[in-house]
Order: sequence, then C-alpha cells, then structure tokens
Amino acid sequence: MTDTAAETLSVVVEREVAYPPEKIWRALTQPHLIEEWLMKNDFKPVVDHRFNLRGDWGTVDCQVRTIELNKMLSYTWDALGLKSIVTWTLTPTSAGTNLRMEQSGFRQDQQQAYQGAGYGWQRFFATLEQVLARID
Amino acid sequence: MRRRDLEQVQSPKLIVTPEPHDVLFRVLADPTRRALFEQLCRKGEQTVGALTARAGVSQPAVSKHLGVLKQAGLVRDRQNGRQTHYSAQLGALAPLIDWTSQMASFWQNRFDQLEDLLKRMDQ
Repeated sequence: MTDTAAETLSVVVEREVAYPPEKIWRALTQPHLIEEWLMKNDFKPVVDHRFNLRGDWGTVDCQVRTIELNKMLSYTWDALGLKSIVTWTLTPTSAGTNLRMEQSGFRQDQQQAYQGAGYGWQRFFATLEQVLARID
Repeated sequence: MRRRDLEQVQSPKLIVTPEPHDVLFRVLADPTRRALFEQLCRKGEQTVGALTARAGVSQPAVSKHLGVLKQAGLVRDRQNGRQTHYSAQLGALAPLIDWTSQMASFWQNRFDQLEDLLKRMDQ
C-alpha cells in the first residue's frame, strides 16, 4: 500500500495447463466458448473490435488491443470505474501450456476514484458485514 | 552484537507487514462507529451535533467514536468556530477494497472454469 501514484497495479494468475496452446486459444477467442468459462460476450478476434462481457452484476466494456495467434491476446477491461488491460500469454511447455493472465494499467490514484465512484457504499458495507460475521 | 542488530531490523517489519486490515476491521467492528462512518460516507461532512442527533448515543460517546475513527485515518476533523466538522476519508479503506485481491480470486475461479471447459472440448 505504499505504491506511488505513478505505479501500475496488476493481478497475475498463471497456470500450467495440460493442453496445447491451439486448444486454449479457441477457448479464449470463440464467443460460445468464452461464454462457458467467462461471460456472455460479442468478442471477435479483430484488433480494435469493441465488445462487452455481460455478467449478472453488470457489463464489462472491452476493446481488442493485440492478437498474436496462439500466443498472445490483449484487451481493455473497463467495469465499475476500473480501467485496466487484460493480457493473456500462452507459452508451450513439455506438458502443455503455461497460461498467464495479467490485468494491469491501473494506478493508485485511479484506484481512489474507483473506490469512491463505482463501488457503491451499500455494497461495500454489505460485504464488510459478511466479513465481520465470519471473523467472530 | 550482530545477531541483535538483525533482530532489530527484522522485528518492526514483522509487526508492520501483516495487516492494515486488522486495525480497520477492529475500528469498524463496532456498530455505532460503523454507523457514524457510514453516515459520513453517505451524507458528506457533518458536525458532531448533527451526527449525535442520528446516532442514538450521547455526544461524548459520539466524540469518542469519532476519535477512534480519526486515529485509524477513516475520518478527518475541521474546526470552524465552536463547531467541529467531520468528513470520511475514503482512501483509508484502500486495504479493504483493494481491487487486485478481488480480481485475483475472480480470475482464479475463471481459470478453474476454463480448465473444466478444456476437458470437455474435443481436440
């Protein structure tokens, strides 16, 4: 929490998956498959294409930034005031694929705005109540 | 001598790194205090008098709670004549609403679903 205002925050999830990159690529880029593991969508593997991901709780606005077949996919991810970029990297390994997801591009000062504007106090307090109930 | 130096260097780190969460949880665990803070979040800056009118406890009790909130960095006070005005400091909640930890569990969950899907897909 001591990050400077200019610093980028990011989330990285990385897993060794027992399938070849080509197969994972299909799951990442075909709308009916994306829907099965992520959300309903109108994704197209075309640079600059704008699409939405639609969940029960709302919509994520996205735009495709980079596509490298079977290797790398990147799109913007804007939701609840959070402006970020999601980048998928697929690296073949002897056992399958190293699949890496990084969500980044979000600085500490923007995070403040995100908390204030998008989040909604009611939701925050509801969550807090739940957490507190679990602690006791 | 050298070992002692090492301990001195390490021990503050051990105390500081665990959780800013702990303090915030402890402070907000009290329902009256949480209600005061929530009130300030919703309605903006208010005087101790205005807060007392809604709190259902005495003014000294309200002042005491506000003091605890202030110490945790959750509120700020401003003196204006005889009145003290309090306002919420939303930034102090950063450790609790850290988007990165929320998104991390979101993505872990999606990776699980993605792996399930890959199992079901034909080559």
